[in-house]
Amino acid sequence: MRWLVDNFDTVLDLTGTHLYLSLLPLLIGLVIAVPVGSIIRASRWARRLTLVVASIAFTIPSLALFVTVPLIAGLRILDPLNVVIALTVYSTALLIRAVPEALDSVPPDVVDAATAMGFGRFRRTVTVELPLALPVLTAGVRVVAVTNISLVSVGSVIGIGGLGQLFTQGYQRNFPDQILAGIIAIVVLALFFDAALYLVGRLLTPWTRTRRSGGSRVVTERSAAGEPT
Amino acid sequence: MSIVSDAVAYILDGANWSGGVGIGTRLLEHAWYSLLAVVISAAVAVPLGLAIGHRRRGEVVVVGLVNSLRSLPTLGVLTFAVLALGLGLVPPILALVLLGIPPILAGTYAGVANAPATVVDAARAMGMRERQVLFRVEVPVALPLILGGLRNATLQVIATATVAAFVNLGGLGRYIFDGLALYSYDRVVVGAILVAVLALVADGLWALAVWASQPGTGRLRRTPRV
Repeated sequence: MRWLVDNFDTVLDLTGTHLYLSLLPLLIGLVIAVPVGSIIRASRWARRLTLVVASIAFTIPSLALFVTVPLIAGLRILDPLNVVIALTVYSTALLIRAVPEALDSVPPDVVDAATAMGFGRFRRTVTVELPLALPVLTAGVRVVAVTNISLVSVGSVIGIGGLGQLFTQGYQRNFPDQILAGIIAIVVLALFFDAALYLVGRLLTPWTRTRRSGGSRVVTERSAAGEPT
Repeated sequence: MSIVSDAVAYILDGANWSGGVGIGTRLLEHAWYSLLAVVISAAVAVPLGLAIGHRRRGEVVVVGLVNSLRSLPTLGVLTFAVLALGLGLVPPILALVLLGIPPILAGTYAGVANAPATVVDAARAMGMRERQVLFRVEVPVALPLILGGLRNATLQVIATATVAAFVNLGGLGRYIFDGLALYSYDRVVVGAILVAVLALVADGLWALAVWASQPGTGRLRRTPRV
């Protein structure tokens, strides 16, 4: 802990790089996955194909992707852009599965009602389905944010910046305090963004609060009834 | 693209497969680390998920635990564990177990807690004990989600087991780290391809298990005649 306090400026500096490398891919992933996910939802085979491609993308180890992206994209091996591209692949792969699932969670009556009121497909998706899909979508975004923040640190073994540097340096110098500082910083950062996204999700969907309190009441009644005698 | 074709040629050359540092050994090492980590993760996470899921309370605990564990950086845990415990099999397995627990715990909890309430209540009304309700009703219904959690864990563990080579253990990560050190990127791609193939094979096996475990389809067990 002492090391963390003494070197707070260094840690803060690395945190900036770390956030840039982990959250930019999340944003790009969202920009790709929301429209594409909404479109492929209509056809079953497109959905299945995306599922297969996304699963294959996941089997590639992050480390391997960090070093093969420069070969394919023609960048230098130490270019931070490699990590951004690699993490964008993972983020998109996760989100492109989450978007159709989130849209599935929208009650069909509401969708039918919108159609009956004369909403076209585009307007219905953007103004009715996507807002109602937000609670499930937020859950997916939170997973991606936490995963990315934790995954960027792997890039440090090939010399990419960010808090992972504390691991490789601490390991080479045989200095556990530095590694511990890195672990603490990453966990705090991940949990902070997890909580922040949760709050943003709740603020954007004020209608879920009333529904949720109703839902939990049902659960308590049921579990009270189901208590063993 | 010659790097990729060089890598494929290296893998297809039978001479590179044998011996103590051949592809065969590295594949077995990698599979062994992964298997060990997934089995230990499951031994921890499945009972925990069953217990919390059966009570249908404590979702906050599960979500909190899963998120905190998911945010733990594997490389940090690994390097810290090596400095604390010394080199050997324990630090990488520990780091991989912590990686494998969240998906298994989340899947097991979600599967059991979301078993249809009417079915569970019916089982109780028929006089089943809590243990019977759990193992004869909730677990069979939850099996696809439990196995799905194990599938995700396996995928992540196999992909991440490459970092074991960072602290001079074996496994397919050796190709990646040795290739990086020697600036021979075709060797790096060899590692990447082999890990992806191993992960795809394991994923295929799990997909089959999930398919077979769908309740009421008679794929795993013949459905009783009504």
